[in-house]
Amino acid sequence: MNLSTLLAQIINGLQTGSIYALVALGYSMVYGIILLLNFAHGDIIMVGAYVVYYSITRFAFHPLLAVLLAVAASVALGVTVEKVAYTPLRSAPRLSLLITAIGVSFLLENGAQMIFGADTKSMDPIVPGSVAIGSVTISYAAIITIAVSVISMFILTRLVNSTKMGKAMRAVSEDMGAAQLMGISLNKTISFTFAVGSALAGIGSVLYLCAYPQASPTMGSMLGIKAFIAAVLGGIGSIPGAMLGGFIIGLLESLISAVHLSMWKDAVVFVVLIVVLLLKPTGILGHKVQEKV
Amino acid sequence: MADRQHGKLYPLPSQNMVLERDLGKMPVLECRRLGINFGGLAAVSEFDLGIGPTEITGLIGPNGAGKTTVFNLLTKVYEPTTGSILLNGKDTAKMSTIELNKAGIARTFQNIRLFKNMSVEDNVKVAMDHSIHCGLGTALFRLPRYWKEESDAHERAMDLLGIFGLQGMANAKAGSLPYGAQRRLEIVRALATNPSLLLLDEPAAGMNPAETSELMEVISHIRDEFQIAILLIEHDMNLVMGICDGIAVLNFGRIIAKGTPEDIQNNPAVIEAYLGRKKEAKS
Repeated sequence: MNLSTLLAQIINGLQTGSIYALVALGYSMVYGIILLLNFAHGDIIMVGAYVVYYSITRFAFHPLLAVLLAVAASVALGVTVEKVAYTPLRSAPRLSLLITAIGVSFLLENGAQMIFGADTKSMDPIVPGSVAIGSVTISYAAIITIAVSVISMFILTRLVNSTKMGKAMRAVSEDMGAAQLMGISLNKTISFTFAVGSALAGIGSVLYLCAYPQASPTMGSMLGIKAFIAAVLGGIGSIPGAMLGGFIIGLLESLISAVHLSMWKDAVVFVVLIVVLLLKPTGILGHKVQEKV
Repeated sequence: MADRQHGKLYPLPSQNMVLERDLGKMPVLECRRLGINFGGLAAVSEFDLGIGPTEITGLIGPNGAGKTTVFNLLTKVYEPTTGSILLNGKDTAKMSTIELNKAGIARTFQNIRLFKNMSVEDNVKVAMDHSIHCGLGTALFRLPRYWKEESDAHERAMDLLGIFGLQGMANAKAGSLPYGAQRRLEIVRALATNPSLLLLDEPAAGMNPAETSELMEVISHIRDEFQIAILLIEHDMNLVMGICDGIAVLNFGRIIAKGTPEDIQNNPAVIEAYLGRKKEAKS
């Protein structure tokens, strides 16, 4: 393998990695705040992808408008799922919540199959073209994906660290009861967390379509699971952890493809999950979670 | 503190007692026949208590008497089975925990419940929710208004931390503070919500005598400075007798005595239920 192939694969890895990272952030934030593994998160990306697909192919909207619509649809769907399915279970055992999340995931996948059909919808590349730097060709899609992800993560970090809502999110994730007693509204804060996570999923769905311009009802499940593994690898509940985990999984996949073992890449990612769970269940940047009494 | 004059208590129409200097003002808190049952067991029953707007009240009683349960009732962590709670004359029956906090009740916890991974300053700021108005966009793009509000909030947080001399630790993680400082930070965080009634659950627990007497000064100072009422649960009798204007003694969920510290110290029922037992344990 020569150097330019390696570089090209690294850029590939960063491109997929940044999509994983954006999706992993949604998993991690929701887990951080209500200790729920939101398995419906991946399917929100699928819905976002269909919105982009129909906006561009059917209605011939400008891609930027399609992006806005996808983000808006993802946020609306994410918050609706939270209000309808998860809020009534807030004081229920965590297992009920987890099973509900799996149920919502099936509902979305099968609902999409009914509405959009089971076939894969392909479209023309949203961002065609590439640029050659020396012997390495980089697609514009890769550049846009990496740039958009980095900007989104920067904004998210600011949001969490220096806004009133961000502080409330951190407070609720540490101690829901104490936060309420300090006058922080749980409903508002949790819905906001879902909205932000879903917005990132919406952005992720567009970037995913830039890389693989096709939508199918089950596209969210594998992407969701990979992002979940990224979140666990980085330390679930940790925002920088989710970003780091996403990039590591993305790079790992493309480097495995680079040594012509692409058939093995899913297997390797799952092995990573098993190894992390065995050796460091809290992930790279995760804290040890204290059981709440 | 020994030279401190305790005010006399006067009865209100509701039979609750109130301080002389608070006469003619509406009590900040009035509990009427408040009670809660846990599956047939009456944890608290027929709890009547009035607190004047600038009164420091002590709630004492043996372990398991129901003191923290009273706090949980006052903050709607538990829904009362019977009775009513009036805050500044308003019935709180329909209020949630959050609304009660906004209406003026703030508290600390027996087992410290700070946001341990957040900085000391952020712990205070997150409780100051009501004083920060700028929207998300303003904060994300750091528009001038953000900096203005941020510096106001920072100043206010620093002022509050200054009450206990915690300014120097503003950037430390709350969880890394020594135990005594964490207790003090909890009081600051509660004050940041701008209460008219501050509930302190064993503020002196785990403090040494020097720290406790400093804490007494600060609690009195908080009352004078912010003109608020304070209800505190405490086992340290020096603290309770030293700073409280009125004391209520709880035993098996019922108030067995109410009055000034002098009344309580001379009340045979209290001595039997509480102080007497404590003396025996000490000897």
